Order: sequence, then structure tokens, then C-alpha cells
Amino acid sequence: MTLEELFRIPPYGLVASEKERALSEILYGLTLLHYERCPEYGRILDLLGFDPSVRHACAELPFLPVRLFKTYDLCSIPRERIVKTLTSSGTSGQAVSKIFLDADTVRNQSKTLNEIISSFIGKQRLPLLLLDTEMLKKDRSMYSARGAGIIGFSIFGRNTVYALDADMRIDMEKVTAFCERHQAEPILMFGYTYMIWQFVVRALEESGQKFALKNAVLFHIGGWKKLKEQAVDALEFNHRVRSVLGNVKVYNYYGMAEQLGSVFVECEYGHMHCSNYSDVIIRRPADFSVAGRGERGLIELLSALPASYPGHVLLTEDEGELLGTDDCLCGRLGRYFRIHGRIKSAELRGCSDTYERR
Amino acid sequence: MTNEEKYTKAFMQAFDIDAENVRTLEFQAIPAWDSVGHMGLVAALEEAFDIMLEPDDIVDMSSFARGKELLAKYGITF
Repeated sequence: MTLEELFRIPPYGLVASEKERALSEILYGLTLLHYERCPEYGRILDLLGFDPSVRHACAELPFLPVRLFKTYDLCSIPRERIVKTLTSSGTSGQAVSKIFLDADTVRNQSKTLNEIISSFIGKQRLPLLLLDTEMLKKDRSMYSARGAGIIGFSIFGRNTVYALDADMRIDMEKVTAFCERHQAEPILMFGYTYMIWQFVVRALEESGQKFALKNAVLFHIGGWKKLKEQAVDALEFNHRVRSVLGNVKVYNYYGMAEQLGSVFVECEYGHMHCSNYSDVIIRRPADFSVAGRGERGLIELLSALPASYPGHVLLTEDEGELLGTDDCLCGRLGRYFRIHGRIKSAELRGCSDTYERR
Repeated sequence: MTNEEKYTKAFMQAFDIDAENVRTLEFQAIPAWDSVGHMGLVAALEEAFDIMLEPDDIVDMSSFARGKELLAKYGITF
């Protein structure tokens, strides 16, 4: 199956055997392509003694550690075809990942995000409240993962309003006007987990102000590290969001700057789901063998999208566990999993929501 | 103004370019038509024709020529 063919079927519609067949075929093509076009990737495969001309199962494909994108410029296209260099913002003072994108990869990222998100909210565009500050209108060729996430989500919105001002304070007047104008219709919101917590939930709690949205959907993405330090889990987060904003359906999702587009959305049962465009493999840290269901290990992520850089098979520094395949009560097919957070020995790594107070 | 003129003008405004450069234009072919510029184009087209594009069509609008095909769905012909 090709990526174009995947775009024609529902994003959570393949059973395990079909999924493995489709994804292994696409990943085989990508592995071969990157082997031929990215010299560093080619050397890694040679060193591993991996023959990319032979078809392999998804779990047999060599994985690159994500931090490699910080130390090396890994690129599979000629310089003149690069239309965007995406940087993961990272915690300040640390190296940033650089991801090189061509027009096709950018387009496929948007198409995939569209398929996944609209399977949750439908195809209509809703009034969009971005729980962030308007920025990144300056140097657009070097844009951060945080900005890319916001722009990427904008296709689902209309009458878009940014809720925070340049100093990360809620613009009460603007947000109130937005809510009044759209009080009769469903509202869509998007933001980064920690920023929503800090600059929306906590800020409103402290000022004693509230909004009473009647019918809103919030998608949020980003790390839970700082929230965990404050002993805030997903249930608490959702509860506190609703207590300051009103009736909000909250969807958390997971994804990396290194694999934009093929994101993992948490379903109504609190499970992270792989779509047709991605997969997850949990590996035992001791020997990198594939862990069983319910066993904690390192999260490896597969994506059918990266054609301009070798990011299709990546080992993250996050720990997680596989919960099941094709049998979640929500009805979505594919593997579903849980994330436990960054592994302890990993470098301190910011997410796209990194915001440094100056 | 004809639909052709309205359509061309939306592109010219969104990307700040001349009419003669518009017809062969593709997504990401010029710095102005990136993901940010794309949403500006969407807004310009929606205003010009008083329509609301679906997310599918926003993603699909990969060139000047393709955009015209997509607008047919909204009853706009050229």
C-alpha cells in the first residue's frame, strides 16, 4: 500500500495484519530512499549490516535515537528542495533538533493531521481559540515546533483568535468577545499542555475569573513533566480546565517535532491510539527486544510520512507500555498505549511548549 | 469583477505578487506561500467568494491551478 492509498481509508480502520502489511511496505520504501539519499543514514545501516533492499517486518527496521537529529543534519533531499527547517525548541541552552522538510512532506503532514483530527471533530471548521500568543510571523523559514503545531492546527478553525497577549496574559476582552460571538455554536480550542495549565487554568484560578463555554473541544499536546512535579494528572487537568472554562471535551495528544502530522490522540477511555499512519513498538531498555503487552519500556515510533529526512523509525526517550491492539472499547483499530514520561537517564528535553520566563 | 479576476486578486493580495507570476504558482514555490501564507490565502479566497472551505480542500490547495478545480465544489466556475 502507498501513502496515497492510506489517505483514502479511515485513519483507524486497519486490523493488525493489514496494518503491518501496509506500514511495512511504506517503511521499506522510505528506508531504501533514505539509505540512498542520506549519507549518514546509509553509513549507519551499513555499520549495522542491514540490507535495505530486502523487505523486513516493522519491528526489524533499524531505529534512530531521536537525539541524533540534534547532533547531525540528517537530510535526504538536495538543499534547494528544503522549504522549511523545523527546530524543536528544546530547553534553553541545549542543542535543538533540526528537521528538513520539502513541500511534499509538509503537505502529507497536513493531510495526515487533517484525517486524524477530523475523525474526532468532523469535517466542518469551528471557531478556533488558540490558547497561546500570536508570534512567529517574522523569520518563517526557521520555525519552531511550537509555532508549527499552531499553524498546523489552524486548518480546523475559522474566526481564529489568540487568547494570550505577548506577555502570556489572557486577553480577557478578546476572549470574552469571542465567546459571546460564538455562544450558539461549538468552539474548538488548541494549546500546549503546560502553557494551558500555567497561563489559562492557574491564571484564571488566581484571578477568580471564569468562562462558561457551553460546547467546546480542546486539543492539547506537550510534556507532562512540570505538571507531574505539581502532582497534576490527566483527570485533574481535565477537571480544572472544565472548572474555569466550562463544558469542554478534552483530548490530549502526543507527537514529536521529528514526526509532525502522524500524531497519537487519547481516546475517550484515556488510551493513546496509533492511526494508520503511525505505530508504536515498546522496547526493553536492556537489550532493545520487543516488550510484551503491559510491560514498560522505551517507546519507538514509526511514521509513514518522513520522506525528506530519515525520521520514519525513531527511538524516543519516553517510557511507555502497550495496552492492546484492535480491541479498545472506543472502537478504533490499531495499537493503543500509555506514556509514563521521560526516562530518568535521558537528557532534559523540552517539548514544543517550552516557554522560558525572561 | 469576474471570478477569474477575483481569484487572481486573492493570490496577489495574499502573497504580494504580480498577476503574471500568479498562474504557475505552487505551494512552497515562493517564501510567501508557506503554511502561514497558506492560511492567509484561504482567508482571502473565503472573503472574495463568501465561502468556507473544508479542511480537506485547504490541504489539497497545492497550486493556483488546483485551487480553481477545488472551488468548483463551492459553485464557483471559471
